[in-house]
Amino acid sequence: MSHSYAFRKFKNRLFFFLCLLCVVIAIVPLLSILYEVIVRGTPQLSLHFLTANGLQGGIGPAIQGTLIIIGLTSLIGIPVGVLSGVYLAEYGNNKYASTLRNVNNVLTEFPSIVVGITAFTIIVVGIIGTFSPLAGAVALSFILIPIVARTTEESLKLVPDSIREASLALGVRRWRTILSVILPTARNGLITGTLLAVARIAGETAPLLFTILGNSYFFQGFNQPMDALPIRIFLDSRQPSAQIQAQGWGAALVLILIVLTLNIGVRIASRGRLGR
Amino acid sequence: MAGEDKEMNSSDMAEKVCVGQQMPAGKMQSIQLSAWFGAKQALTDISLTIRASSVTAIIGPSGCGKSTFIRCLNRMHELVPGAKMSGQVLLDGKNIYANEVDPVLIRRKVGMVFQKPNPFPTMSIYDNVAAGLRLTGMKKGKSLDEVVKHSLEQATLWDEVKDDLKKSGASISGGQQQRLCIARAIALEPEVILMDEPCSALDPIATAKIEELIVSLKRNYTVVIVTHNMQQAARVSDFTAFLYLGQLIEYGETKNVFENPKRELTEKYLTGKFG
Repeated sequence: MSHSYAFRKFKNRLFFFLCLLCVVIAIVPLLSILYEVIVRGTPQLSLHFLTANGLQGGIGPAIQGTLIIIGLTSLIGIPVGVLSGVYLAEYGNNKYASTLRNVNNVLTEFPSIVVGITAFTIIVVGIIGTFSPLAGAVALSFILIPIVARTTEESLKLVPDSIREASLALGVRRWRTILSVILPTARNGLITGTLLAVARIAGETAPLLFTILGNSYFFQGFNQPMDALPIRIFLDSRQPSAQIQAQGWGAALVLILIVLTLNIGVRIASRGRLGR
Repeated sequence: MAGEDKEMNSSDMAEKVCVGQQMPAGKMQSIQLSAWFGAKQALTDISLTIRASSVTAIIGPSGCGKSTFIRCLNRMHELVPGAKMSGQVLLDGKNIYANEVDPVLIRRKVGMVFQKPNPFPTMSIYDNVAAGLRLTGMKKGKSLDEVVKHSLEQATLWDEVKDDLKKSGASISGGQQQRLCIARAIALEPEVILMDEPCSALDPIATAKIEELIVSLKRNYTVVIVTHNMQQAARVSDFTAFLYLGQLIEYGETKNVFENPKRELTEKYLTGKFG
């Protein structure tokens, strides 16, 4: 009896340790990357490095460009993505919507380099005729929209039907129910999902190489190439000079810090009055 | 009620309703109401009249169509995917399923309280009560503060929450939440209040409070309450309808239905022989 109890206890432990082991396997590479970036990037940080242009050995234009591209992409992508998600969750009880849902899921996994080439062909070559921050924002929106749409749909599906019914039974119209009751109830999930999506596009490199190209100077207009941190990191890493490679590490650290700040900032700013 | 007379003259169905029912024309009336979920029929030819300023209880075993019936009275039934209905429901003699009727406006006149308390979790107590007026864009002569206070008073919740109006609607106890939901429904000044087993998720003390409240509500409103608790129906209602397998078995004054049921099935259910 006691033997079998000990064995069951052992099995229980074993399962727990297997889970723990897998967590360690998952987290070790991440921590080692973070460690490497901090150790190699921190010595680069200085006011000059953060504000000077590329020719003077700074990453000012890259930081500015990344902020511009994140802003523009969010401006295009978040509203479109959230409303698509609302359609799928609240009006998506038909066969067109389930087709759309599948297409959207495929787009979520779409290789970003293909998005980059597509944006290059259609926008850079076709519409605008030059490399442009706008082309970059559109390309990144193609990546952002399906992710935001999916997380929006999933967040809205978590809102209990009883809440929907409560509002509709008051004689509140459907659009008003969605805007004033369902979206606020799903707010936490929406914000988290959207932030993860924005963090993901902030690090995208391939689409930007085809659309904004990179630039040593600060923003020069919507029909000119622009720099961004991922491009800076990519280009610096391919230079033979140790000094420029070190600048790439610095740029990587700054990119991580920007994403982190954005995350924390939005969370604090959107903390509700009844915060939970 | 002129509209109703016209309806009855013009329709054979309506005439049938009067047969065997000595009750005067009421606030609401269902005429040969049938309802389906997909291919499954939930209600068959329910015809009954709900009297104004009274409490009507709908009783019957689980799955007999009680909830479906009252959800047909404010057009909530049709929101369920695959749900269908036929027949008519009259509110003050007018068919609420007529083509030109906007279901949203019907729901403002026929309010509803659900089985599980469902306050809006992101809104404060105050905002929950004000939600109906704010979100429907209904402007009132009285200020919002007054409506909120009056509604909470009618729902006998005011004294318990008057200092905590800014707290989340989800932060109070289950019984208080249910009274909050009643206050939220009352704030729109509906004509009829439908309650779908409003006490089934509550403890006995909270239940007693809600029952007291229901009796007091009939002064200003017509109340229809679904309950699986026969004692509750006997305590709070003036009229009782017994539904079984989607059919109306018996309907009449509560006293008569309970003390002197006309149908054997009703008696069997009331004495606990099945259910």
